[in-house]
Amino acid sequence: MAQTPNTQIKIEIGEGAAIPVKSDAGLFTAWRIAFFGAILTCCYLAFVKPDPYLEIFRFVPDGILVTFKVTVGAILLASIIGLVAGLGRISGNRIINGTASLYVEVIRGIPLLVQIFYIYYALGRFVKIPDMLSAIIAMAVCYGAYLGEVFRAGIQSIPKGQMEAALSLGMTRGQALRQVILPQAFRVVLPPIGNEFIALLKDSSLVSIIAVSDLLRRGREYASETFSYFETYTVIALIYLVMTLFFSKLISLMEERLNADR
Amino acid sequence: MPTDRQTMIEIRGVSKFFGSFQALKDISFTVRDGEKVVIIGPSGSGKSTILRSINRLESVDSGSIIVDGMNVNDPKVDICKVREEVGMVFQSFNLFPHKTVLENLTLAQTVVRKRPLHEAREISMALLEKVGIAEKASAYPAKLSGGQQQRVAIARSLAMNPKVILFDEPTSALDPEMIGEVLDVMKTLALEGMTMVVVTHEMGFAREVADRVIFMDHGSIVEEGTPEHFFTAPTHERAKLFLSQIL
Repeated sequence: MAQTPNTQIKIEIGEGAAIPVKSDAGLFTAWRIAFFGAILTCCYLAFVKPDPYLEIFRFVPDGILVTFKVTVGAILLASIIGLVAGLGRISGNRIINGTASLYVEVIRGIPLLVQIFYIYYALGRFVKIPDMLSAIIAMAVCYGAYLGEVFRAGIQSIPKGQMEAALSLGMTRGQALRQVILPQAFRVVLPPIGNEFIALLKDSSLVSIIAVSDLLRRGREYASETFSYFETYTVIALIYLVMTLFFSKLISLMEERLNADR
Repeated sequence: MPTDRQTMIEIRGVSKFFGSFQALKDISFTVRDGEKVVIIGPSGSGKSTILRSINRLESVDSGSIIVDGMNVNDPKVDICKVREEVGMVFQSFNLFPHKTVLENLTLAQTVVRKRPLHEAREISMALLEKVGIAEKASAYPAKLSGGQQQRVAIARSLAMNPKVILFDEPTSALDPEMIGEVLDVMKTLALEGMTMVVVTHEMGFAREVADRVIFMDHGSIVEEGTPEHFFTAPTHERAKLFLSQIL
């Protein structure tokens, strides 16, 4: 056959929770134990020791909503930035390519926490924007760089013949990208994007450092009033765990559906 | 050889370098409307490179390539217009795996030729019928055998109503039992008068279908002539050697 066998060995370990796939039975079981175990533990604690656990569960839901908004807002914005950055990184135009590469290099070299502070205070000097928006922008700028690399790798993983076939049919490069390359690249990048999404969900706890009342910050508020630090952070940890496991499951279901026709 | 027909492809003095390696050395030949030209030669002889430069999948460093009156390497010429008229069939088929067989055929018709979808579908079904694979219209390419995929790829390029089709080793990736079905489709096309430029190792096909055979080696055209002449009485040593190895 014309395709050369892929001899490169790749180790893919994301920073997010592992996405449970049916083929990895051990992981699948671990997901069930962790997910339902966390939910059962929450129920047990709230039932057996309503003070303070039930109190905490009543106090933090607005925080969950904020965490969710920041995460979804950031992932949407980051996907757009990432797609532009990824296309820029494979562009033949030197200036576009250089700009995109510089963005990726600079952003990846600065800790997210520092970026959040920086964007929050730097933006604050010029415009007054809501804290939550500032948090979303900071997360999106950071994760846009990571997603850019994911998109670049995804696009480059599509065999060269696909672009050639599309071009030889008279399509422009843009048409070929939209109709042929990106739909295929999307399947390839879905798992790593899912990983980034989960990593972003976890990292969103960093925005509690600026004045955004996310899940972690609500927990801190409760704990500093009642001094029940251990109990509060137990609950916070369990809620984060349930959320990340829930999303990793969602992503694995999406993957299955996408691959159903292959 | 029909000489009164108009020139479809005119290649003049084309050279190309990959770094310091000269892949093409002063290549010149013409293909007339309706003519079937088969390019043969050992691997690395530049035959695929010259074929791919006809629709500018490869750029050339000097010389000119005129296709249907359009200068392929002129930056002012819209290369997409050239490619609309020049079909191409690849060694590795290159069907779009995320689209069904039918969608593979309709895509460029709707996007490039701007045909309405229902019209594109009708044209596509007729072509799939022609290459004997209409029952697979709603299947994805991965479910097809290599021979079936290549027949779909031929139908896909026919759907654009090209004036010429380039075949880049269309049977080299196929299992032996599937080569025949693809060659049969190509022979039918040849009988219908399609202009074809074919890079292949199938000497039987070259002998039967070609109006002219071009033998390349080390980036140059070594010998050019009718199949009878080339296969029975080649003039050059290298052509003789090649034939003795391959036949």
